[in-house]
Amino acid sequence: MTLINNVVEETKKESRILTGNYAAAHALRQVKVGVVAAYPITPQSPVVEKIAEFINDGKMNARFVKVESEHSALAVCVAASATGSRVGTATSSHGLELMYEMLPWTAGNRLPIIINLATRSLGAPWSVWTDHSDFITIRDVGWIQFMCEDNQEIYDTNIQAFKIAEDRRVNLPAIVAYDGYILSHTMMPVMLEDQKEVDKFLPPLKHHINLSDVSQVKGIDPVTTPHIRDRGSEGIVPGYFEYRYALQKALENSIEIIQEVHDDFANKFGRSYGNGLFKKVEFDDADIIILAMGSVASQSRVVLKKLREKGLKVGLVSLKLFRPYPAKLLRELLKDKKTIVVFDRDIGYGYEGVLCYELKSALYGLKENPFIKGFIVGLGGRDITNEQLIEGVTRALDQEKTGEISQTTEFLGLKLKELSDYDEATFFKEAK
Amino acid sequence: MVNIMDIPEEEYIYPGTRACAGCSMALIYRIALKALGPKTIITVPASCLTVLHGMQGFCTTKVSVLHTPFATTGASASGIVASLEDKGLDQDINVVAFAGDGGTVDIGIQSLSGAVERGTNFIYACYDNEAYMNTGVQRSGSTPPGAFSTTTPGGKIGSKKNMPKIMEAHGIPYVATAIASYPLDIYEKFSRAKNIYGPKYIHILAPCPPGWGYLPRRSIEIGRLAVQTGFWPLYEVFEGKFTLSRDSKKFLDSSKRKPIEEYVKAQKRFNSLSQEQIDNYKAYITDLWAGIESRIKED
Repeated sequence: MTLINNVVEETKKESRILTGNYAAAHALRQVKVGVVAAYPITPQSPVVEKIAEFINDGKMNARFVKVESEHSALAVCVAASATGSRVGTATSSHGLELMYEMLPWTAGNRLPIIINLATRSLGAPWSVWTDHSDFITIRDVGWIQFMCEDNQEIYDTNIQAFKIAEDRRVNLPAIVAYDGYILSHTMMPVMLEDQKEVDKFLPPLKHHINLSDVSQVKGIDPVTTPHIRDRGSEGIVPGYFEYRYALQKALENSIEIIQEVHDDFANKFGRSYGNGLFKKVEFDDADIIILAMGSVASQSRVVLKKLREKGLKVGLVSLKLFRPYPAKLLRELLKDKKTIVVFDRDIGYGYEGVLCYELKSALYGLKENPFIKGFIVGLGGRDITNEQLIEGVTRALDQEKTGEISQTTEFLGLKLKELSDYDEATFFKEAK
Repeated sequence: MVNIMDIPEEEYIYPGTRACAGCSMALIYRIALKALGPKTIITVPASCLTVLHGMQGFCTTKVSVLHTPFATTGASASGIVASLEDKGLDQDINVVAFAGDGGTVDIGIQSLSGAVERGTNFIYACYDNEAYMNTGVQRSGSTPPGAFSTTTPGGKIGSKKNMPKIMEAHGIPYVATAIASYPLDIYEKFSRAKNIYGPKYIHILAPCPPGWGYLPRRSIEIGRLAVQTGFWPLYEVFEGKFTLSRDSKKFLDSSKRKPIEEYVKAQKRFNSLSQEQIDNYKAYITDLWAGIESRIKED
């Protein structure tokens, strides 16, 4: 049964006080997604609760499929996108991990689906608080990945993400992430843009796959061989290798389009986020740079002044685009800096912080490498304090000076001493 | 009542698919598509049907097909339906999920259950060849007790999941069983299902020559034995009302039923059945039909 389209209330440009989750919900409403499929998970749930409310109140026309798992949520999104609808959803943590099978599937199909991710750590042990572990686990599946620092950025990045994802030169899914609770549940002023202006910026979707046009018979995702195949009158058919090469190239090329869309948005709406890939703070005269993402970058902004008061010329690079990794631009940006301190709210277990080792790899082969030191902070929602960040910068500078570089991954803000009386604390003792 | 002249000549599957010789699933699919017609979108998980659909670069059918990961068939159909509703096209286009027994009763049961519970307007067709045939005959939740598979070399322990009953328990408008050997019945059931609004479930037994261990030319005969022995009753439940289908009606009379031995002894997968297991099958069939009889009386 086709539901009768309600008259949708047109948003006028207006500043509202919104949580990060509601900023995401408003963006999904204003980009006019046709289909949403989602499953509840903390701290994302208010996004889709709000969407359900919008639909119920006649403020939004989307079909909201209330699925029985996140795996199904993304499967619904994939099918709806392949049928030609604009599609968005939201999730967190284990929800994203349960979607995992469908993530490379979405990218391989080149479907412009947007996921909002309120970041949250991964169990066990059980935790509902933020870190970027969920966000980093999906770095190798072919999605564009953005990290936001405030609620306005969540709203703006969503609108840009749809435009980037649907660009014919891109055709890729994207994830817009923001720290759980720190942004998802914190209220801030957010400028909602006039609906007519959003519509102008983001015209209706013209999709490269559209099953709803039954006159065009398509067999999507049949078995694809390792080799190209000559099918006579139908021509030569690509193998899996060619499809995946095209995916990699689309990601590489998207960096330029991400900047283009960001600049276009900035011109139109008057808000910009660095170059759309990363944001520089007190950068030019700095010889020490902090590299961080999301909530860690926000906290780092606060310590810049304190460090400069101590006579240290410290600046910040807040990474907004995590995938495709803007390696070339970061290399160009950071090649003349003396010291880089990377704060990861994640860890590539068994190695080190992911932002840290990726930056090292991006700067590899320079004649004179900056000294790079990484620290792990704030896993599972542990507060990141100014003191921790200042200690990190100080420790890095000491190691650089003495040449006594710690080969172990260093955590800042650990409270191991306080655990000495905890019974069964064997693995904490071993950890020392 | 449909007769053979009512079935359209138009074929929706191109000749020369990759299905095995004697594959009854191919026959089921062929007849179902004739009933569904050209305004149909199919979604299919990993299964023998994926093999039938062939390789990248060519669509084996005259209707569009969306392949989807194993566990997601019900969700995939939901997504297509939601998008068609978004575009106002849902009245014109049939959305049909076609999955094997493993994709339905095992890994796909959650997304199927969710899709039907939400009242999604689609047809879900399970072709049941009673094991993971595509991956080389491993047991599934739909493999009958005692049957050989590569993961049950001594015969399966456990039961065959009664999926039509599980679907009925969801309170959906239409549930039916069918079998490849009675194509008119398949045609009739798909024709009926496509005109009903809401979730429709059709469970079709699909004899499989390599998996069940018989010669390809005997597929139709083996399927008929499943019906004639009473092992696989053909029926419909429409809006809760149970109707025994034409080809199964006479087997309400137990004396008309062929002995189960004729069915199991025709298939190598049952080679190791003991007399006790055969007696269990007899008891199972007796109970099954007692249930059918009382149900007919109730309705």
